[in-house]
Amino acid sequence: MTALVLHDVAPLGGDRADLVVLDGSIDALLPAHGADESVLAGLRRNHERVTEIDGAGHVALPGLVDLHTHLREPGREDAETVQSGSRAAALGGFTAVHAMANTEPVADTAGVVEQVWRLGREAGWTEVRPVGAVTLGLEGRQLAELGAMADSVAGVRVFSDDGRCVDDALVMRRALEYVKAFDGVIAQHSQEPRLTDGAQMHEGDVSSVLGLRGWPAVAEEAIIARDMLLADHVGSRLHVCHVSTAGSVELIRWGKQRGVAVTAEVTPHHLLLDHESVRGYDPLFKVNPPLRTARDVEALRGGVADGTIDIIATDHAPHPVEAKEGEWVTAAMGMTGLETALSVAVHALVAPGHLDWAGLARVMSSAPAHIGRLRGQGQPLQVGSRANLVLLDPAAVTVVDPARHASRGRNSPFAGMELPGAVSATVLGGHPVVQGGALATPRPPTPEADGAGSLR
Amino acid sequence: MRHLLSAGDLSAAQAIEVLDVAEQMAATSGRQINKLPALRGRTVVNLFYEDSTRTRLSFEAAAKRLSADVITFSAKGSSVSKGESLKDTALTLAAIGADAVVMRHPASGAAHRLATAGWIDAGVLNAGDGTHEHPTQALLDAMTLRRSLAGTTGDLAGMRVVIVGDVLHSRVARSNVLLLHTLGAHVTLVAPPTLLPVGVSAWPCEVRTDLDAALAGDDGPVDAVMVLRVQLERMEASFFPSAREYTRRYGVDATRLAGLPAHAVLLHPGPMNRGLEISAEAADGPRSRIVEQVANGVSTRMAALYLMLAGSETP
Repeated sequence: MTALVLHDVAPLGGDRADLVVLDGSIDALLPAHGADESVLAGLRRNHERVTEIDGAGHVALPGLVDLHTHLREPGREDAETVQSGSRAAALGGFTAVHAMANTEPVADTAGVVEQVWRLGREAGWTEVRPVGAVTLGLEGRQLAELGAMADSVAGVRVFSDDGRCVDDALVMRRALEYVKAFDGVIAQHSQEPRLTDGAQMHEGDVSSVLGLRGWPAVAEEAIIARDMLLADHVGSRLHVCHVSTAGSVELIRWGKQRGVAVTAEVTPHHLLLDHESVRGYDPLFKVNPPLRTARDVEALRGGVADGTIDIIATDHAPHPVEAKEGEWVTAAMGMTGLETALSVAVHALVAPGHLDWAGLARVMSSAPAHIGRLRGQGQPLQVGSRANLVLLDPAAVTVVDPARHASRGRNSPFAGMELPGAVSATVLGGHPVVQGGALATPRPPTPEADGAGSLR
Repeated sequence: MRHLLSAGDLSAAQAIEVLDVAEQMAATSGRQINKLPALRGRTVVNLFYEDSTRTRLSFEAAAKRLSADVITFSAKGSSVSKGESLKDTALTLAAIGADAVVMRHPASGAAHRLATAGWIDAGVLNAGDGTHEHPTQALLDAMTLRRSLAGTTGDLAGMRVVIVGDVLHSRVARSNVLLLHTLGAHVTLVAPPTLLPVGVSAWPCEVRTDLDAALAGDDGPVDAVMVLRVQLERMEASFFPSAREYTRRYGVDATRLAGLPAHAVLLHPGPMNRGLEISAEAADGPRSRIVEQVANGVSTRMAALYLMLAGSETP
């Protein structure tokens, strides 16, 4: 039995408090300095270890939940492993990540999702929730065994062919319908394939000058519109991955007003960068969907502020160095994000006043946990909640240095940028996996911590 | 001039300097011994990832007339076809001691990457990168226009140039719009809407879709028509319905040229698809400056290499 005391933290940036965590849950929320020597002495009597963290000046948030992470294992362990990606997640303040299905082999069977789930559990740095593929081999033709993945020990609830769009309308309809049986959700990578054949960057004035084949906004928007109509027709949940255009925000706003069960995510990079970054042809800025215009960035921020966009998801996409240093057209698409997401969100949303800390906790923790039907994550900072927490020093300024990231990927578009906010501590089920801004120890696997498996 | 990656990187003064030096280079080519010692001991590497005999020969001739050591490196038959990365090729060229690298590459931005990724110190001259730019083509076109229309010291300000063809996929069009704009000329692009990039309205030029209207010269007489190559495979991707229809609407022939002012000239960067974007009668007619373009290409490339490697002393 262990105890953890967080001294003098500001939950959601509010009044300072001392948090006492016992056996993985928040046991007491005392006024600041309330966990004094007598309280500590009492804890020491009943617990073999009492860990204290000084949180003065820190904001406490529920542990972040990423609905969109590429951990690359199995198959591309040169790019990332569950172990390295889990470490990156912990350092970024994430107590849960959803590992995307586009691995090799594809996570389209119960066997693969259970393997990823086990690797995550053994790593112990964050809760790894596998995403199941919608279709066999991400081919978009035949449904994968979604029920088997849902019923597996991995307890999959989010299904996605991310990287590819489920572009066949009938297959998409069937997938949306089928997952209702186990309260699943289809997370769609919205990209009309014919309109984006060979596409390299946002289609607009910059692509016209650079001579790079355009990825038009309409290729995203047309699929989102279609999918919302399908989801409405069959009464299913739809989640839209990495929304990138102003038009998509408008469409989703319309869909929500109409009552469609649609949720949407935006990535940190789409909240901060635009297609002007591509002018130097540096493949670090190559990503799918592409960086859009400054007007789109503003619309995305507005969409998060007014709740049209429900969550921030990283789309953390590590690549080996050689995949990102050649010619633009041959380079891989994607950017790392786990270790920078919180800082980018503070910079793009909290600092300009689009969100307060509670709003940030909603879009990075409780809402993604709810979409993923993730128990024990994203809970309010109150007595009885599972102790998945992050402590953030909002006054710290960090210069992003990908060489120091725990992710194997060095492909951060934020390299060299000064960003606000630094994660000091991450607490996973009561266990501090990050302390003093550095990795501490992984959480040992415990049966009761298997939030997902307990759904069986 | 450290690198030449985009025609847009040149100021008007720099562009005019290149053109003036090109004229000086041209003057030497009539001599019995047309070789200059300017780049003796310097190594110029021609790095060609795309088949382009005419451009490669033009750069080779230019570097040799300046007495540079020339190494030509074609993608076919080299380690590139075995999958060597641009980085490793660049490191190899750096180790060999290249002073300048002239690169033709199918990927837009490849020259930019070679120049800025920190792999090599050599100057990089973009000899065509994907559908991005081909700055020496724009320079040689400007030299041709100057010679034809404005005298050798003349000025292209106020000239009206119509560029017709596959603008979307044309590096020649991009470089020409930028350079001609810098030099004060007025450019009108003409193409079917499918072959105009989204975003073209932000370019410093006028855009039209009716060739005859553009040639009618409502805003002032047209001084030059530049025809872009059209690849037939574009038809399969639904950019236009048929070769016949393209030729009817956008092909430049003697009839269309007949209405132009007497001094107006015709340019084409080659290689031509006779009968598609240009008729034989037009290509071989009195307005055609297509052969002069090739000769001016050598002089322009001599000037560009000279200014990159030897600075701005007089040759």
